[in-house]
Amino acid sequence: MEEIWSGLLQAFELIITLDPEVVGITARSLYISLASVFLSSLIDIPLGAMIESREFWGKRGIISLIHTLYSLPTVTVGLLVYLILSRNGPLGSLEILYTPAGMILGQMILITPIMIGLTISALGEVSPQVKDTAKSLGASELQIMITTINEVRSAMLAAVLLGFGRALSEVGVAMMIGGNIRGYTRVLTTAISLETSMGNLELSMALGIILLSISLLVNLAMNRLQGR
Amino acid sequence: MSWKILNQFLLLVTVAAVCFLSGAANDSTLKIATTSSLYDTGLLELLAQNFSEEYNVTVQIPTHSGTGIAISDGERGNVDMLIIHDKKRELKFVQDGHGLERRCLAYNYFYLVGPKEDPAGVKGMNVTEALKTIREKGMADHEKVKFVSRGDESGTHSKEKSLWQSAGYNYSEINNSGQWYIDAGSPMGATLVMANEKSAYALADMSTFMAFKSKLDLVPFVEGGSDMLNVYVAIALNPEKHPGVNCDLAVKFINFLVSDEGQRLIADYGRAQFGQPIFFAARGNCSLIGCQAEECAVPAAATCID
Repeated sequence: MEEIWSGLLQAFELIITLDPEVVGITARSLYISLASVFLSSLIDIPLGAMIESREFWGKRGIISLIHTLYSLPTVTVGLLVYLILSRNGPLGSLEILYTPAGMILGQMILITPIMIGLTISALGEVSPQVKDTAKSLGASELQIMITTINEVRSAMLAAVLLGFGRALSEVGVAMMIGGNIRGYTRVLTTAISLETSMGNLELSMALGIILLSISLLVNLAMNRLQGR
Repeated sequence: MSWKILNQFLLLVTVAAVCFLSGAANDSTLKIATTSSLYDTGLLELLAQNFSEEYNVTVQIPTHSGTGIAISDGERGNVDMLIIHDKKRELKFVQDGHGLERRCLAYNYFYLVGPKEDPAGVKGMNVTEALKTIREKGMADHEKVKFVSRGDESGTHSKEKSLWQSAGYNYSEINNSGQWYIDAGSPMGATLVMANEKSAYALADMSTFMAFKSKLDLVPFVEGGSDMLNVYVAIALNPEKHPGVNCDLAVKFINFLVSDEGQRLIADYGRAQFGQPIFFAARGNCSLIGCQAEECAVPAAATCID
């Protein structure tokens, strides 16, 4: 119990004194997770909207598969991306193993099922009249997509926040693809895991508290952006 | 209807309680915290298996990722004994009253490994010369010469720090001297894999290196000498400081490890798999590996006070 309290105290101390190492790790965590969520939103939201709006053979099967992949283990994604990015792997020539770029790629793959799946369920809630009205007013397919997404923006925001939360809190991809290199690919979760293995349990607690605080700030910022 | 649900709930609670209680520790369970090399190579599991069959007990190894966390687990009384490799911290652990005594079990050597092409040209050097050269050439061209460090307060990381010190550097100066020095914060196997990917040098314990050798393009450049010694030590937790630890069983296991049978198992381990042993028995080499005679005594001098 004692350690949880002193972890809290140490977290405040690290935040207030702006410990440069901790600030670096925190900024890196934020940058990598935000980048992966942003990039995967650009791909996954339109993709989800396309799957939702079209009728085709195997649609149910694809949706079930996406739902199944919600429980994709982070280390499995890590392993897959590791094999692809290894020197002798198919994308080895990119030389992005053990780099932040590789971590972003891994996290994008990790959160893709959630982002696509939640987009599909959010858009399923839009009443068909919205689409029909837009269509009758001569909207293009892209315009219809934007209109319907706008109808359910708070559900979409929840999808993006969930994706961000999963990217920020996962350790499997960050460890395997990033390699936990100090000052380069060390993020909050890998630092927590490392400090724990070193026996620095209070510092680990403190870093965990910092991670939660970031998540809180990002949530507040996104909600404000959405105008609630 | 609600009775049915209540009944089912009670049944569930009972089953859960029984599972919980039967899983709780008892007199015949020994818990060990250890370092990754002994666990990942499979040696400790082999020793534990032989011991548990002979004495009809259960051995659990819940902590096996490095000396740092093993000691921390010991200081909290979460385990019954430690098997680790960092003399300074072992002595402190015993001095602080957490452990009974150091018992030397086994040793091997640390290796300085690197890419076959040897970009820094350290072949034939001793370890301090080699480290100095790697630092110099790495600072001059970090694309060509790199060093990957465990960076995790493990026994191997402690050794690396002390080697930098004997080469005449302050460790924090090394760790902040540029991109050639990669602080991986990772276990031994992952560190070797990273060094391989990056064509970098690294310090590794002999056993993990042998276990990973077939997957690596790295070769050892410095592989012996007293400054590269790696000594594994067992310490039973002190029951006076940590009431409730299974001291009797810990001492029994340590006596098994230093017995003829235990030492033979250690010395033979790896012959079949790697073509050569990957650990050496401590017995007979006590002074060579820097242990006091009583730290190699058979059986243990330590007794458990109830």
